[in-house]
Amino acid sequence: MLQITGLAASIDGKDILRGIDLTLPQGEVHAIMGPNGSGKSTLSYVLAGRDGYAVTSGSARLDGADLLAMTPDERAAAGLFLAFQYPVELPGVGNANFLRTALNAQRRARGESELDAVQFLKLARAATKQLSMPDDMLKRNVNVGFSGGEKKRNEVLQMALLRPRLAILDETDSGLDIDALKIVAEGVNALRGPNFSALVITHYQRLLDYIVPDRVHVLVGGRIVRSGGPELAHALEADGYAAIAAEAA
Amino acid sequence: MQAVAETTDPVQALTQSGYKWGFATEIETELAPKGLNPDIIRLISARKGEPGWLLEWRLKAYAAWLTMTEPHWAMLAYPPIDYQDLHYYAAPKRKPGPQSLDQVDPELLRTYEKLGIPLRERAILAGVEPAEGSRQVAVDAVFDSVSVATTFRETLAKSGVIFCPISEAVREHPELVQRYLGSVVPTGDNYFAALNSAVFTDGSFVFVPKGVRCPMELSTYFRINARNTGQFERTLIIAEDGAQVSYLEGCTAPQRDENQLHAAVVELVALNEAQIKYSTVQNWYPGDAEGRGGIYNFVTKRGACRGARSRISWTQVETGSAITWKYPSCILQGEDSVGEFYSVALTNHHQQADTGTKMIHIGPRTRSTIVSKGISAGQSNNTYRGLVRIQPKASGARSHTQCDSLLIGEECGAHTVPYIESRNASAKVEHEATTSKIDEDQLFYCRQRGLSQEDAVGLIVNGFCKDVLKELPMEFAVEAQKLLAVSLEGSVG
Ligand SMILES: Nc1ncnc2c1ncn2[C@@H]1O[C@H](COP(=O)(O)OP(=O)(O)O)[C@@H](O)[C@H]1O
Ligand SMILES: [Mg+2]
Repeated sequence: MLQITGLAASIDGKDILRGIDLTLPQGEVHAIMGPNGSGKSTLSYVLAGRDGYAVTSGSARLDGADLLAMTPDERAAAGLFLAFQYPVELPGVGNANFLRTALNAQRRARGESELDAVQFLKLARAATKQLSMPDDMLKRNVNVGFSGGEKKRNEVLQMALLRPRLAILDETDSGLDIDALKIVAEGVNALRGPNFSALVITHYQRLLDYIVPDRVHVLVGGRIVRSGGPELAHALEADGYAAIAAEAA
Repeated sequence: MQAVAETTDPVQALTQSGYKWGFATEIETELAPKGLNPDIIRLISARKGEPGWLLEWRLKAYAAWLTMTEPHWAMLAYPPIDYQDLHYYAAPKRKPGPQSLDQVDPELLRTYEKLGIPLRERAILAGVEPAEGSRQVAVDAVFDSVSVATTFRETLAKSGVIFCPISEAVREHPELVQRYLGSVVPTGDNYFAALNSAVFTDGSFVFVPKGVRCPMELSTYFRINARNTGQFERTLIIAEDGAQVSYLEGCTAPQRDENQLHAAVVELVALNEAQIKYSTVQNWYPGDAEGRGGIYNFVTKRGACRGARSRISWTQVETGSAITWKYPSCILQGEDSVGEFYSVALTNHHQQADTGTKMIHIGPRTRSTIVSKGISAGQSNNTYRGLVRIQPKASGARSHTQCDSLLIGEECGAHTVPYIESRNASAKVEHEATTSKIDEDQLFYCRQRGLSQEDAVGLIVNGFCKDVLKELPMEFAVEAQKLLAVSLEGSVG
């Protein structure tokens, strides 16, 4: 379970998150929607432990453990996965090698045995197949020369292999055509179960047609201004953020 | 980039020890008295049982050296070297020139085992035929001044390849040695080459006759053990018409507080359509985090593409030494000959490296490719210095340089010093250079996936060096990747 309480954070003295309260029980998927610049990516970076943010108050706990006290790799090993809004290119680093290194680092941190190249490749091939990705995706360098859609699908592939307890998907659907969108949804839905929870950040109702969320939160100006069931996403699409924000104020 | 996953284990195991090859071997050593003079040179020559011409050659080099001064144009700063305060000959006692591995001091064998050198021909000893297609590596091991063991010699001899210590080649194949020694790097070429010519003690000799493709990788491991001892090895590789050979060189030294001098000379000769691939993983002791100790590495490496369509390829991964002064070069004389230089130079803490290449285009349509990857961390300084010279007759020559520098931290330096001299208008010379800092977004991306800071840096740096590492033979590529990660320990956050 992810429990965020009164979380406030700033960058260079500028307040971005202004007291976020959010409880995501294990087994549930919540959506976060909100206008550009409202702090959605900031929230995901703060939870994942990126440098440069000052947490000025509040806490974030994953299964009771203090997330904010951990290094980014400790958070990953604890089961947190972030699908980046802008996936990063790693020139010269093969995708399969990167994924195996990451998977084995997490397994080691959890006291599990490492996978050798053959075992890993079997897993990876199964995952690419499930996500209808060509095998050569594994051979190419991480995100180098990938199209926007390929990068997003590569994030989902990584998620499928790393099998996190908590996945944060930051606008993974933006810029995807409907087929790619379905693949992303399938990647999330395949993981759904009592040991998996997800925060799905999106602008669009259409993703939520395929990943039906348990709750929807609206983030405006660094605060959650509304929370509700899946119908809230429809209301947002119809009326826009401004109306919702005004209503909440 | 197949093997980076394997880096994590050794890296962690090594975190405390730093330089894992830093142990010294307790072994009885015969040492010449300190100092350099004609008597010492005579002693070395006598110990090696050399013919008169070679002693004369050495004395001539010594006379030239006396008239020269140490070069200081490189971007290197170090206290004056007292050339009279060094031993110029150190040899493990007990029977010099062992006939088989059984005669080698077991302490020495243990040392090479610790270094991970496959000195014992395990499969052969066990009577097992090597699997079809599996690659074998023949090894020559040089300990201080003496070659202690060369493996697979019989197998090689069957195909006509000579692979032996150069001191032995002087006795067994004097006509070849006399013909080629000093023909690429003359005795008076430069200060350090002259010094080496006067006092060189051992090194490897390779001769691949006409039309023969050497059936296995050849490899030499150099180890400096004794205190206050200079190491001056000399390597000579000759590939006759149509011959092909791939040669690897690895080097380590014990961890000592004082600096040690290493001044090697390597000469390569490629005749018509011959190909020589020379790979180095240089891991001499770099000194400690405060800059105490470490090897001073002043090396002259040069290959002559004498024949038409010949090819010489240098690949180096330089992670060791307190000071590196090294410019593996190609003289492209034969028409359509090709020279290549692939280099990774990594400096950390207080290390200083001034390294690069010289491509001298003499023949028509000669081509050269230079790929240099410099990584600087800590307070280190890393300079790429490269010369591309196009002589008047080199019509249609082509040269391309890609020179990339990666900075880790705020206190290190990276410098690129290209010299381009073109005296033929039809030649095309290109030079590209980039400098970048290790990218925070890349680091965070890796760490979000579960990699530690050190593993993330290792992975990114290995990716940066990929174009060079892929030129190394497989066994060495794995080793080199581990080495890069280990050498960067403690360099980031
Ligand atoms: N590195 C930064 N330095 C200064 N301001 C930033 C930085 N990153 C984001 N911001 C600001 O923080 C606010 C929230 O950004 P972000 O979390 O990316 O929003 P969202 O993902 O909801 O579009 C924006 O006003 C943005 O300009
Ligand atoms: Mg965003």
